[in-house]
Amino acid sequence: MAKKLGFFLCTGCGIGEALDAAALTKVAAKEYKVPVCKEHGYLCSAEGVELIKTEIEAQGVDGFVIAACSNRVNGDVFKFPGVFVDRVNLREQVIWVHEADDEDTQMLAEDQIRMGLEKIKAGEAPAPYVGENLSKTVLVVGGGLAGMTAALEAAKAGYPAVLVEKEAALGGWLNKVYKTTPMAAPFAVPEDPNVAGRIAEIEANSNIKVYTGAVIEKIAGGPGMFDAEINQGGNIVAERVGAIILATGSKPNDVNLDYLGYGKYPNVITHAEFEAKAKAGQIGAQKVAFIQCAGSRDAERLAYCSAACCVETLKQTIILKELAPEAMSYVFYKDIRSSGQYEHFYKAAQETGAVFIKGDITGISEAGGKLIVESEDILLGGNAKVEDIDLVVLANGMIPTNKATEAIVAAEGDAAGEAAATQEAAEKILNLQYRQGPELPNLKYGFPDSHFICFPYETRRTGIYACGSVRAPMDMAKAVGDATGAALKAIQCVEVTAGGAAVHPRSGDLSYPEFALQRCTQCKRCTEECPFGAINEDAKGNPLPNPTRCRRCGTCMGACPERIISFKNYSVAMIGNMVKAVEVPEEDEEKPRILILACENDAMPALDMAGINRLKYNSWVRILPVRCLGSLNLVWVADSMSKGFDGVLLLGCKHGDDYQCHFMKGSELAEIRLSKVSETLDRLGLESDRVRMMQINIMDYAELPKIIDKFAEDLEEYGPNPMKGF
Amino acid sequence: MANKSILVVGGGISGITAAVEAAEVGYEVFLVEKNAYLGGKVSQINEYFPKLCPPNCGLEINFQRIRKNSKIRVLTLAEVEGISGQEGNFDVTVKLNPRYTTDGCTGCGKCAEVCPVERADAFNFGLNKTKAAYLPQPFAFPMKYVIDNTACTGASCGKCAEVCEVKAVDLGMTAKTMNLNVGAVIWATGWDSYPVEKLANYGSGTVTNAISNIMMERLASLTGPTSGKIVRPSDNKEPQNIAFVQCAGSRDESHQKACSSVCCMATLKHISYVKKQYPDAKVTIYYMDIRAMGKHEDFYNKIKEYDITMIKGKPSEIKEDAETKDVIVLAENQITQEITELKYDLVVLATGMAPATAAAQVPAAVGYDVDGFVLSGSVPGIYAAGCVAKPGDVASSVQGATAAVIKAIQSTVRG
Repeated sequence: MAKKLGFFLCTGCGIGEALDAAALTKVAAKEYKVPVCKEHGYLCSAEGVELIKTEIEAQGVDGFVIAACSNRVNGDVFKFPGVFVDRVNLREQVIWVHEADDEDTQMLAEDQIRMGLEKIKAGEAPAPYVGENLSKTVLVVGGGLAGMTAALEAAKAGYPAVLVEKEAALGGWLNKVYKTTPMAAPFAVPEDPNVAGRIAEIEANSNIKVYTGAVIEKIAGGPGMFDAEINQGGNIVAERVGAIILATGSKPNDVNLDYLGYGKYPNVITHAEFEAKAKAGQIGAQKVAFIQCAGSRDAERLAYCSAACCVETLKQTIILKELAPEAMSYVFYKDIRSSGQYEHFYKAAQETGAVFIKGDITGISEAGGKLIVESEDILLGGNAKVEDIDLVVLANGMIPTNKATEAIVAAEGDAAGEAAATQEAAEKILNLQYRQGPELPNLKYGFPDSHFICFPYETRRTGIYACGSVRAPMDMAKAVGDATGAALKAIQCVEVTAGGAAVHPRSGDLSYPEFALQRCTQCKRCTEECPFGAINEDAKGNPLPNPTRCRRCGTCMGACPERIISFKNYSVAMIGNMVKAVEVPEEDEEKPRILILACENDAMPALDMAGINRLKYNSWVRILPVRCLGSLNLVWVADSMSKGFDGVLLLGCKHGDDYQCHFMKGSELAEIRLSKVSETLDRLGLESDRVRMMQINIMDYAELPKIIDKFAEDLEEYGPNPMKGF
Repeated sequence: MANKSILVVGGGISGITAAVEAAEVGYEVFLVEKNAYLGGKVSQINEYFPKLCPPNCGLEINFQRIRKNSKIRVLTLAEVEGISGQEGNFDVTVKLNPRYTTDGCTGCGKCAEVCPVERADAFNFGLNKTKAAYLPQPFAFPMKYVIDNTACTGASCGKCAEVCEVKAVDLGMTAKTMNLNVGAVIWATGWDSYPVEKLANYGSGTVTNAISNIMMERLASLTGPTSGKIVRPSDNKEPQNIAFVQCAGSRDESHQKACSSVCCMATLKHISYVKKQYPDAKVTIYYMDIRAMGKHEDFYNKIKEYDITMIKGKPSEIKEDAETKDVIVLAENQITQEITELKYDLVVLATGMAPATAAAQVPAAVGYDVDGFVLSGSVPGIYAAGCVAKPGDVASSVQGATAAVIKAIQSTVRG
């Protein structure tokens, strides 16, 4: 397609003084024959922006380079919808970090402009992928407190909701409790679970369709176009939905509790069994011991804290006082975790006269039909022994329902194993028709959480949001809040999908990967490596992309050895051309060149910060941003080596358990790919260390100059790339 | 017909989240922040628990989301002065305080270079100085300079205006008022550290080397007053014997009755800061309960691998050794039940979260709970999110802010 390019150079902020502006414009005008080249002393001013707009319209420019400051600033003024724009950063990454009026700095600026122009030449503004028959309905799986909340909140915002519950009635865990912990201020009094009232509210809402006694048979498709089959007592109903909320909750942990006498002494019961007694109105005990962290916070059992048991036990001491005013409570605990405003609830429980003993349990025994609990006593020193106990209640923790699906997922492909695991787990939950497995991937301990700090609703399956105690251990009030937030994410996803845009973290991105399938060799790397399970496979191993599941990180593009995957504005060829556009001096000029492929989420801002702090580093570098290091295609390394670059530095995010990669696996996959390059380089007699990967976070900006300079030093030691000049 | 736009007040992590989440559904959003930059308290934090990753990383993603979304209008140095009307139709008055630089500022920094006067750097709790023309913090968004009117000597100097080649300095700028009409309001003005000055038995802020937990964040941060080196304020000495005092002014009948829910994890994280710099430093924690909820237990276990002395109980008194400036902590020995006096180089007080509305209330008839937190939805159409609604960590504030958005959307649908 015909393309008219433009080049706009800002000479403000010292760019015009530090660099030879005329020579920069000459790169665009002469070398690249860009028809529209303009310089301005203050391009981000109203006048500068007007100049760009006028030229775009008058000349029909459909792609241009702005060579000025970082794209992290002035994004609001340099906004030109529908036109493909690249920002070449001559300020933070050139003049602020390199010597002014210097040959090397000038060469750097010219190369960065060449790269920008190559990018514009190779790409175009993307048109969105909009699916057909898009649905804005939200499917909620699990009809307990979290699920009911999510369905109701979505419906109240005007979105249809489909609520699927496997039991005969809605309510989930609420059906099993006598009272709940307080849900609102002043957080001091247990509340009625009000199951009937909650169900009535759902039934009264015409936006909500409820399937009880029903499970998900399977779910195919992607956001905006999920096709769910719901099995209600053998009757299969199809529903097309736009987004899914997983709210299947958790189950009490009742295994491995024999160390506390559970199963041995009939009067050692679980938290839930106490609720059943309370519901029946009869506790039948005068002296009750509550044992916290029963089977939790224990390396051999559940290593985590279930976050709700402390407040649940506080509630039960209050209930005990209500139902049996003469009864005494003894609470054996490690820490009372009545976090935040639940402190008031702790106080309310203390006011019942409950005795709190801090220390680990050392023994539970029976004598004359009564129980004896012994423990350490950290507060008073020594040991505690409480005798004549009628009932021991174990605050046994919670296990997320998704935990049970791990065995099924692990047994994928092994029919017998899968059947056995399914038997064990009772059922699959979502049964997604995804190449990467039927369930939401778990992060740790069976909780399908992903990024749990800044973006608690980030998910590894686009459009599917977990909430409540299946996502993370939490109390009921938190589950309500979590479900309300998940409902927002679900309606956001269907709206964004309707516009063909990406959800977090590349929110609003309209580009999506396209596959030149005639050249596909069915190697399956793209389908295996996509961090979001977006790509399915046909029987022959051909990829079947689902653009609405895609998060636009480009990991598939990096994985593909045949280079058949491209975005309209980001492709293997584009980056390759950018690499090749750099002018690499001859060996005798003693000007080595280093290519930096930098993750645009953390490494690029860190490079900018080095600039803002005016930290100097070696000017042999040529910086090229990538969406995620996961999009690294090894051909770029080959391209740079054959072009004569002396080294390649890859800057990506931290991976591993505490990963910081915004696409979860991107930087890790890049490192794995790189290990293969190293072997090749060694075989070719090139030092494998010429390609170095570093994990950089945004705060490493002060270290970056040292990292770059050290790399340059090492490269000098290796001597020039022997392929230079070929 | 209800107005579909949403006003978000407070540009910390909760307000930023509410703004981007609402805008990404398709709603027009006004984000009002009183500081000159977005990010609020989290931008002052060195690392998040439990990943020990930098808050600027997540903020960067959120700033990108703001930059790319034309539906969000960010107003910094702005305060909401009045809200009238009802759900679906609120009239809001916003005061825009002068920045003394225009939107034309390119962030080049020449004004700060020539500025002859200094001011205490509020971002670092006054532990260092900036010029009167300054960038509010190194990661400031928007990346635009501000002039501190209280330190600036005005037009008689005018060096900044002279040097600014894009004429973005306007020393004559005055406050302006702006009127907005919105369908719903999300109040997310966050929290303030419970003032050490109120803790009489802990020296009311006069013990130089007893610092607050948020100050510890600045001391440990690369962008802080010491470039990240943890030293004690009185003499810049490297502390070798440090105590953390939990629940300082929290879970306390005379101060804040509630628990702030984050201080335990924050302290465990601070121990990692200290141990990273001073592996041999002695660390003691005075605590009531360690509240490492859920999977945070893993982090607690990791920190416990360091050799830490854990003392259950609250110190009765904290005072200063006048000569050495060491900090003396009086507490009960659990075994002997005697009062012990232990000396530390540095004490970190885990002061809790007081809702920001304790200092500046919502200019509408909203309700407050027993702890002073805003009752979300107590006026239909006005919702609270983040730590002004309840004390919480980043994840729960983000979750709460996301939840507040759907409530706000429902108001615009209903109203």
